[in-house]
Amino acid sequence: MTALAAKAWDVLETVPDPEIPVLSVVDLGIVRDVVESADGHGVTVTLTPTYSGCPATEVIARDVRTALETAYDAVEVVTQLSPAWTTDWMRDTAKHKLRGFGIAPPEGRTTLPLLDVGSPAACPHCGSRDVEELAGFGSTPCKALWRCVTCREPFDYFKKH
Amino acid sequence: MSPTSDRLLRVADGCLVLSHRLSEWMSNGPTMEEDIALGNIALDLLGQARGLLQLVGDEDQLAYFREPQEFCNPLICELPNGDFAFTMLRLLFVSAWLAEVWSTLEGDAAGVAEKAVKENAYHLRHASSWVVRLGDGTEESHDRMLNALDGLWPYRGEIASEQWYARIEPVLTEATLPMPAADAWAQRSSADGWHTEHLGYLLAEMQSLARAHPGATW
Repeated sequence: MTALAAKAWDVLETVPDPEIPVLSVVDLGIVRDVVESADGHGVTVTLTPTYSGCPATEVIARDVRTALETAYDAVEVVTQLSPAWTTDWMRDTAKHKLRGFGIAPPEGRTTLPLLDVGSPAACPHCGSRDVEELAGFGSTPCKALWRCVTCREPFDYFKKH
Repeated sequence: MSPTSDRLLRVADGCLVLSHRLSEWMSNGPTMEEDIALGNIALDLLGQARGLLQLVGDEDQLAYFREPQEFCNPLICELPNGDFAFTMLRLLFVSAWLAEVWSTLEGDAAGVAEKAVKENAYHLRHASSWVVRLGDGTEESHDRMLNALDGLWPYRGEIASEQWYARIEPVLTEATLPMPAADAWAQRSSADGWHTEHLGYLLAEMQSLARAHPGATW
């Protein structure tokens, strides 16, 4: 990140994930590179998708472009597949925001071949550690459905990926 | 077509066709959670297929305007869903194949594979847990799993390797299902243009909109 590109990063901080609006695309860790043109009028942003089939991917690319066009004359959005996105790239502050939003954040670092898919540390509602999985897949590709045994509330777990 | 494109198409078509089959479960799953799970898995497979098709050529042209005999998917992907036991055992077999595929693709396809290998791990876990639950379940669910195993085993020929057998054997064992012989009779490959009659019907449905309105956007 150059000092000049700071303007672009500031804009990107305001672009929410369409499915989990409490997180920005920067919180999520999908912005891999930001380069301003020499004259400062153009910017190229490199994004890495979260899941192969995530419908939010195209919306995010469009939202990023629209937001940056308020600050730059020319905007290019590039998709980069490798290295693949991992929840390890999420900011620690993003995990606090997720909890506040009622979603348990991913726990621990991702290791291949991903035999250990992880589990939430605690219920995001009452903090109990007595939780159980209801379903391995949830309302979006990145989440699984869990339930708190103590307060009985169901909640989403952002899967380790 | 180059050998690399052939291999990519085989994997891409396998993902695309199985994705379509799984999407047929939408609103028909045994529980809402299962509907959502199968929908998520179908979506992952569709995204993986698109990633590979884009490397081979025009993704829409390849998906919507090829004839059945031009598809390269392993036959096991196109078989009708059958009952839930059949669907889950097939998903286990195909995910065990893809686990090996995704860890060996190179070049541009490695970018798709890096993502897919993790998604596939979740699919494999989901299918395995259902195979164990049904195989080691009631008499009815056990019988249905045995039936699925009989029906699917001849279609392993195109996807099985030593690694593949090693992946599925512990799951079948835990599910109290017999491990059939590796050298039992197997269907010939779809690689030489042979498909089951089921693929034509699947494609007729999948391709009808694009063929009725070529180039449509919305």
